[in-house]
Amino acid sequence: MSAVLAVLEQRDGTLRKVSHEVVTAARRLADALAGTVDALVLGAGPVAGSEQLGRLGADRVVVLKHPAFQRYAPEAFARAVVALAKTGGHAAVLLPASATGRDLAPRVAVQLGVPLVSDVTDLEFEGGAVVATRPVYAGKALLKIKITAKPAVLSLRPSVFTPVERPRAGTVESPSLANAEVGRVVVREVKAAAAGTLDVGEAPIVVAGGRGLREPANFKLLEELAQAFGGKASVGASRAVVDAGWRHHADQVGQTGKTVSPMLYVAVGISGAIQHLAGMRTSKVIVAINRDKDAPIFKVADYGIVGDLFEIVPRLTEEIRKLHG
Amino acid sequence: MRIAVCIKRLPDSETRVKIAPDGKSLDETGVKFVLNPYDEFAVEEALRRREQAGAGEVVVFSLGPAAAQETIRSALAMGADRGVLLQVDRMPADGLVVARALAAELKDGAFDLILFGKLAIDDYNHQVGPMVAELLGLPCVTSVSRLEIADGKGVAEREIEGGIEVCEFPLPAVLTVDKGLNEPRYPALKGIMAAKKKPMEIKPTPLGVGDVEIVALTLPPERKEGKIVGEGPAAVLELVRLLREEAKIL
Repeated sequence: MSAVLAVLEQRDGTLRKVSHEVVTAARRLADALAGTVDALVLGAGPVAGSEQLGRLGADRVVVLKHPAFQRYAPEAFARAVVALAKTGGHAAVLLPASATGRDLAPRVAVQLGVPLVSDVTDLEFEGGAVVATRPVYAGKALLKIKITAKPAVLSLRPSVFTPVERPRAGTVESPSLANAEVGRVVVREVKAAAAGTLDVGEAPIVVAGGRGLREPANFKLLEELAQAFGGKASVGASRAVVDAGWRHHADQVGQTGKTVSPMLYVAVGISGAIQHLAGMRTSKVIVAINRDKDAPIFKVADYGIVGDLFEIVPRLTEEIRKLHG
Repeated sequence: MRIAVCIKRLPDSETRVKIAPDGKSLDETGVKFVLNPYDEFAVEEALRRREQAGAGEVVVFSLGPAAAQETIRSALAMGADRGVLLQVDRMPADGLVVARALAAELKDGAFDLILFGKLAIDDYNHQVGPMVAELLGLPCVTSVSRLEIADGKGVAEREIEGGIEVCEFPLPAVLTVDKGLNEPRYPALKGIMAAKKKPMEIKPTPLGVGDVEIVALTLPPERKEGKIVGEGPAAVLELVRLLREEAKIL
């Protein structure tokens, strides 16, 4: 029987949401292979949420503990994942394409001597091989790629694989690793963003602004709208305003920024250059607010309002507040 | 300070994608090729480090077709000292194949730093840099947006979801760099002229086959035609109603 290894992510002793997505995708692949799902999470102590993973289809959950796993330690993490993948004879190893996963996955692949297919948005098992789909040219095309190596190592784009309940045993083991060294790259500190700030790449709702806002201070309008969504929204920005220094690069959506797939994307005063559309076209619902009725953003928007954003946005904020009263 | 920068030639971000008749690749007719924007930050950082150290060499490496010579020239025009093209007929789909070829070339270069852009905006693989580091057995920090180097040690900041990781590492090391690290310079006319005379080595590079196979390249499904709900703030009520009742997301 073939097993699929799901490599999960925790922060401060709690599983991150993306971990649920990885288990969900692993279950899907394991079903196609008539195999099982092993979930691995590395931490310094117990990891809250690991006992719930059976619900999403994990057969076995390994919480591997070592003081070196307090923070991300690229070299130690890679060694631990590779050790389990080697002894487990897994058919596939799945990681999140998160900031950590993007760093970890290539290391794991090289140590296993196999390729890495990154940022996967769909996967299936066809003719004895894993076939993955991934966006290229920043979402302007989709590449379907067959992996002939074993294990197939893949990283999964966050917010794409919606968690589905597929109950399995989910037996949890929590072994302690006897000897692990942090390695040469040491994460000395994690500077956390202000409490309650959602990452643009992970927020279920993104309210993004462009040049139409005229000056940096006017982003306050978008911050207020984001707040009205009750902690579910984050503020994004177009490349133009990031390059102008109005917003930080971490907030940039587009080909040289983040690629996002939120439930709702509200584009405010963004004309919709091809590079921007590339970064947000996979959003589930797109709303555009722009004064130019011919702006390209309206071509991809599900709903558009033409007019002065300085009148429209406060009104929208007011209505959303009423809903979340 | 000896610094290697690995760069990639790729289609400009303005490119409208057309699929080639083989159904597996980009139709390159009329496509403008440029230096990967993230690699510009890598070249700029290398130049600044060399200038700061007051001595050293910045060598630019690229794996690509013969036309990638132009891409290397653009890095030389910014100020890099010399270039090496690992010439291939076509770009491999397997990033590990690229990483192996680069690692073999860099192995004996005695570089203090090997820099990459954090990803290439065509294939979005974000993997060749850390793979090269693994193959060479060097420490590696990815997506670096702030960097300090002194006494053979570095401190780098990298963005993670909802925060910033501060990483310490020893040199020699491999770093992949993010936007925000610096502001890349525009090549001056003098630099462009000088670049024409700078040494460039062209090495035909046989590649392994790799363990991935492209099945198809397709255009993503078109988004369904949307609708203009209305004009001005009066349309907000209808928008909220549609989001609740039709899209069912509020």
